[in-house]
Amino acid sequence: MMWMLELPPFVPFYIGAFIALVSRGPLRAAIMLAIPVLSAIHLWMVPEGVYLQFAFLDYQLIPYRVDKLSLMFGYVFHIAAFIAIVYSLHVRDTVQQVAGMLYAGSGLGAVFAGDLLSLFVFWEMLAVTSVFLIWARGTRRSYVTGMRYLIIQVLSGISLLVGALFYGAENGTLEFGYIGLEGVAGWLIFLAFGIKCAFPVLHNWLTDAYPEATVTGTVFLSAFTTKVAVYALARGYPGTELLVYIGAAMTCFPIFMAVIENDLRRVLAYSLINQVGFMVVGIGIGTALAINGAVAHAFNDVIFKGLLFMSMGAVLHMTGRINGSELGGLYKTMPRTTVLCMVGAASISAFPLFSGFVSKSMVMTAALENGFDWIWLLLLFASAGVFHHAGIKIPYFAFFAHDSGIRTSDPPANMLIAMSISALLCIAIGVYPSALYSLLPYDTGYNPYDATHVLAQTQLLFFAALAFVWLNLRGLYPPELPSTNLDVDWLYRRVFPTAVRSLLSVIWTLDSTIRQTIRLRLDSFLGHLARRYEGPSDLLSRTRPLGSMVMWVAVLLATYLFLSFVG
Amino acid sequence: MENEKTFLFDNPHNVKRILHILYGCCAVLFVLDFVIRRHTIHSWENLWGFYAIYGFVGCVILVLVATWMRKFIMRPEDYYDDEGRADFEDSADDGLPNKDSAAGGHDVDA
Repeated sequence: MMWMLELPPFVPFYIGAFIALVSRGPLRAAIMLAIPVLSAIHLWMVPEGVYLQFAFLDYQLIPYRVDKLSLMFGYVFHIAAFIAIVYSLHVRDTVQQVAGMLYAGSGLGAVFAGDLLSLFVFWEMLAVTSVFLIWARGTRRSYVTGMRYLIIQVLSGISLLVGALFYGAENGTLEFGYIGLEGVAGWLIFLAFGIKCAFPVLHNWLTDAYPEATVTGTVFLSAFTTKVAVYALARGYPGTELLVYIGAAMTCFPIFMAVIENDLRRVLAYSLINQVGFMVVGIGIGTALAINGAVAHAFNDVIFKGLLFMSMGAVLHMTGRINGSELGGLYKTMPRTTVLCMVGAASISAFPLFSGFVSKSMVMTAALENGFDWIWLLLLFASAGVFHHAGIKIPYFAFFAHDSGIRTSDPPANMLIAMSISALLCIAIGVYPSALYSLLPYDTGYNPYDATHVLAQTQLLFFAALAFVWLNLRGLYPPELPSTNLDVDWLYRRVFPTAVRSLLSVIWTLDSTIRQTIRLRLDSFLGHLARRYEGPSDLLSRTRPLGSMVMWVAVLLATYLFLSFVG
Repeated sequence: MENEKTFLFDNPHNVKRILHILYGCCAVLFVLDFVIRRHTIHSWENLWGFYAIYGFVGCVILVLVATWMRKFIMRPEDYYDDEGRADFEDSADDGLPNKDSAAGGHDVDA
């Protein structure tokens, strides 16, 4: 049994990826389904502790360490991997299947890594494996987007590596525990986590890349990368007040973008940032309740955001369209998908009895209890906003609104089963939160279902819905338009390339002007010399007798001779 | 389309019914504020209808501001479409469609 304990959870996934590479058909499907199940059972029996460590150069490396925080993410990653694999059973693309397994394994490796160097390795593996889920789409747009995604992810990894080396030099250890914003190391690692966590301004890789991935790839992507970053922040920077403000900004700005975005999977990408914002606020507050809230919300978000991405993926898969402006009326032919999507929408909107409610309310309560009044107001606004764009807009424009005339059917059974598992989990956690709470790092005795919370949240949501209805009836609601909305990526996709191009052209013009001028000057100088001294008896055309040359050579040699005597 | 059966919301009465249920729920929830005694942390929570008004006003502001933002940040759909062409020798012949070409979409990840 001992060797079983020592088997880190990423190993079965990496082995599974290898088997998926060499097998095909039903065998491949069976193996891919069995691995998360077996690995989850194994993980369930693993008690907390350090199971693997060895010395590397001067440092102790801990590739496998288990505690309550990492276990929580480990469990949900297994659930997410299983659901995503079921959802993608119909896919006949080895690249995607292998990349998905490796990606899930890398996420697990990262949350069980006990030192910064092991974390770095899995951090980069996450980037390198996931980009294939984007490239697998096979369009030029996905190729370019994937490149941008990879560059930004690798930059995050480099920041982590340099930060880790500084950290090791400062503290004499690479163990991954509390880091804090002190010194260069603290800030570099913070930046690395911040990029992967989609901090404002650093967020654009997410909304750029996730909607360009394949139908099934996005489901994988939505689960792991950002949640690994949330985990890393929760371990390295709990109670860092800066995170409260960063998180509040993350909850608020994406909802504006989401309201006017046309690509419904991009709307979900924005709302993913919004949800991660709640987690970041919780980590920043840093009390037991707040950390519990952040971790529980990460757990729930993986499931309900996965469900929403799956339902929109089903729409894209069946209709080939994902823009709100081209969809509508799909409830007629995709009734099951509609209902499942609405369960996800209710969960992300934190309706009572759905999973978002039992975790988001912890962060909100913690913000109030710790005197972050303004932050609390912003979070409340963001809660209403998320209902608006993810809770109403997504199902409304895809399945209801005006009839687009598209007639299709519900997606293949495996997709429906995957969505149903997620939907059941959303409701189960919402109805019976104690099971989730018992897994959390701290015991706070928190109860979400009291009259105050339930009434407040229901009022907020119903009146947000009323606002949607009112705006729609008044014709004030912005119609879905085929468009591209500029975000921070405009800076590096347009402004920066244009600036570099015009800077280069300025340099080239300047360069050629300077060369031209110098050449002209030189020419005219030579011309001047020629004119001045090339007359019949001038300096340049004077003839000298051979004898004088011989004499000067003799003088030179005599001087050498003299010098050699003296020396 | 002509012979198609009518669906739930093809009938405007059903849409009306849903809206009336929503209005009813909102009214009940607003009234409940006066009935249920809540334990509050922030003084604003004691204001009558605080959450209801905040939710409504917040969403209206959100949508109006977002609509206004379109003036600055909205561009045509093909705004970035020239990207990456330089990476391929002959953009017409690179074998990669710029978007999923098949309207059916079934081969998106086939």
